[in-house]
Order: sequence, then structure tokens, then C-alpha cells
Amino acid sequence: MHRRISLPPGGEARCVRCRALLYRVGRPDANERALALALAACIVLIVANVFPIVGLEVKGVHNSATLFSAVQSLWEDKAQAVAVLVFVTTIFVPVAELAGLIWVLAALRFGIRNWGAVPVLHFIESVKPWGMVEVFMLGVMVSLVKLAHIATVEPGVALFSFAALMALIAAAAAVFDADAAWQQLEAPQ
Amino acid sequence: MRTTAAPTAARMGLLVCEVCRLVSRAPAPGSDAHCPRCGAMLHQRKPASLARTWAFLLTAMILYVPANMLPIMDTSSLYGTQRDTIVSGVAFLWTSGSFILAALVFFASVMVPLVKMIALAVLAASVQLRSTKHPRTRTRLYRIIEYVGRWSMLDIFVVTMLVALVQVSTLATIHAGPGAAAFGGVVVLTMFAAASFDPRLIWDAQRENS
Repeated sequence: MHRRISLPPGGEARCVRCRALLYRVGRPDANERALALALAACIVLIVANVFPIVGLEVKGVHNSATLFSAVQSLWEDKAQAVAVLVFVTTIFVPVAELAGLIWVLAALRFGIRNWGAVPVLHFIESVKPWGMVEVFMLGVMVSLVKLAHIATVEPGVALFSFAALMALIAAAAAVFDADAAWQQLEAPQ
Repeated sequence: MRTTAAPTAARMGLLVCEVCRLVSRAPAPGSDAHCPRCGAMLHQRKPASLARTWAFLLTAMILYVPANMLPIMDTSSLYGTQRDTIVSGVAFLWTSGSFILAALVFFASVMVPLVKMIALAVLAASVQLRSTKHPRTRTRLYRIIEYVGRWSMLDIFVVTMLVALVQVSTLATIHAGPGAAAFGGVVVLTMFAAASFDPRLIWDAQRENS
């Protein structure tokens, strides 16, 4: 067990036994920055889901897919389990995580702590490992290379949006100071 | 290796919340404890950690066989049907000249699940045998496998995009095979196994033997 000590700005505390990161001194405006990044990610996420990721042209026949239409084709292809897995990891969790993060950060920012921020923060922490936007992005790249052998591949708007989304989600998660959020939620109103 | 004799929360009758990391006093034995700050269930160690880890891990190992034997996708064209397993997908990338990509997919789809299952088995067995050797290395191993496990989903996403795009074209159609569901199951189960394992158990043996 460790006693909390005050650290210089940007300092971090690590466990004496296993070297795990205990806490880090965040900037005082860390969660305001996290809110800005999460809002930006939210806009990009909408674009990424509405527009097609890739288009394909074979002998004049054109075909394109959005993320949701890809999940649908898996479902119709009798691969329901895989469709559910893809839906949860690339659509449901990222949407839920971002919406939850915005909810909590906005509640903290405007001082409305009793808006269910505690269970929402709880929920975000538990679903976090299941958001796989960055793995999906790599998967799209691999499939593009495979398809490039048989057809003309046209990268869509959503492909670039997913790259931006990946960066924004990572940035928001890195900036978000969960310790500060919990302490603020604990403070008497 | 000597470790610093720092006091542990467990010995002082304190519990740390696994969600918000608040430290609070343990209640009387037998009663349920909830974190006063976030309301999560509190326990000194994750409940039935080893039993759950083994259960998820052994199921994943069994499922790993069909995941690699069964085709993850079928490509049907005018020239007939081609069934691809994970390994033959990697081989295709390699022979078509995309060496970097082939190495990447091989690493994510073949190496990661295999190494992850072996590493988890080693960790669980070492805790079961109350090993006191290399606790820091084992803790680091746990952190690495917990982080890289998600990357094995790569092939599932590749199949998703291929099925979606090569569906109604005149040249070929691609269907997801039964291997894809099995492989997805392996990834999910190993993630559950890693989440059930409590790395603090690695350090408990140190205390008992000192």
C-alpha cells in the first residue's frame, strides 16, 4: 500500500513492487480537454458510420459498404455470432463509451453531479477493453490489400474518418483523468 | 530477488475498489462489501480467479482447434470454390508478395492467440504451485498479454469487409465460414480469461513464504 504524496506537475507514481503506474499528475484542465476531444470524436464517429468505408469496382459493377451494411451482410450470410461480435466491438462500444464520457465530463463541467454520472463512469470503465476501432482500422487495410489483386478499390470518406476517430478516441482516453473525475464526484455537493 | 517490504492493503484490513481505486476498510467477514464512492462490489482478490481463468482458458483451447481447421471464408467464383483457413490466408498474402502484411496477420492471428493461451496457462499454474520466482517478470507478462489480445480480432474484421464487398459482384462471392465464429470465440474467451486472472495472486505467494 502506498501513501499518496504530492508530485511535481507531469510526475507519476509507480508501485514499488511491480512498477505499475499508480497515478499521474494531470493538467488541471485535463478533463476539459478530454471533453473537447470526445465531442470532436463524436462528430467524426457519425461521419464514419454514415459514409461508405470502401468502394469496389469489378468490370463496371460497383459495390460499396458502410460499417453497418458490412455487419448486415454477415448477419444475412448466417454468421450471426460474428456479426454481433463485430457490431459490439466497432459500433456499440465506441458509441456507448463516447456518449458516456461526454455525459460524465459535461456533468462535471457544469456541476450537475447527480445526473447518474457514477453508474455511467462505472459502465465506461467496464466496456473499455471491448472497443476495437484501431484493430478494425488495420483489418480494413488488410482487406484492401487483398482486394486490390482482384478489383479496383476506392477508399471512401469513412476510411479517413475511422483513422481520425481512432486518433481522437486514443487522445481523449489519454487525456481523461479518471482519478480527478472520481474525486470530483465524491466531493460533497 | 528481494522485494521491498512495503505494507500491503490486504494485511491492513483494507480493500481497494477495482473500478475507481478508492481504498476503504473491509467490513466484517461474510458480509458483502460495496465501494462507498462508486458502489462496485469489493473483494480482496477477484472471486474464484483461478477457477474462472482455467475455465475460460480451457474452453478457448478446445475452440482453437476448429478455429484453425475450419475455413474462415469461402470464395466462390466461376473457377470453383476456394476455402480459406487462417493459415492459408496468411500463406496467400505471403505468396502474393505482401510480406509485411503477411507477417502482421501471422503475428496477430496465429502468434498472439497461441502465446496468450500458453502465457495464461503458465501464469495460472505458477500461482497454483505458489511459485515465488520472477514475480515482476510474470506481472509484466500479464500486462503484455492483456494488452495485445485484442489484436487477434484482425482476421474477423478482414472477413467482415471481404464478405460485405464481394457479395453481389459478377466475379466472385465471399461467405463467412464456421471457422470465423470459432476464432471470434477464442478471442472473446481469452479476453475473459485474462480479465478473470488477478495479478495480485502472483505476489501473495511472496508474503506467505517470507
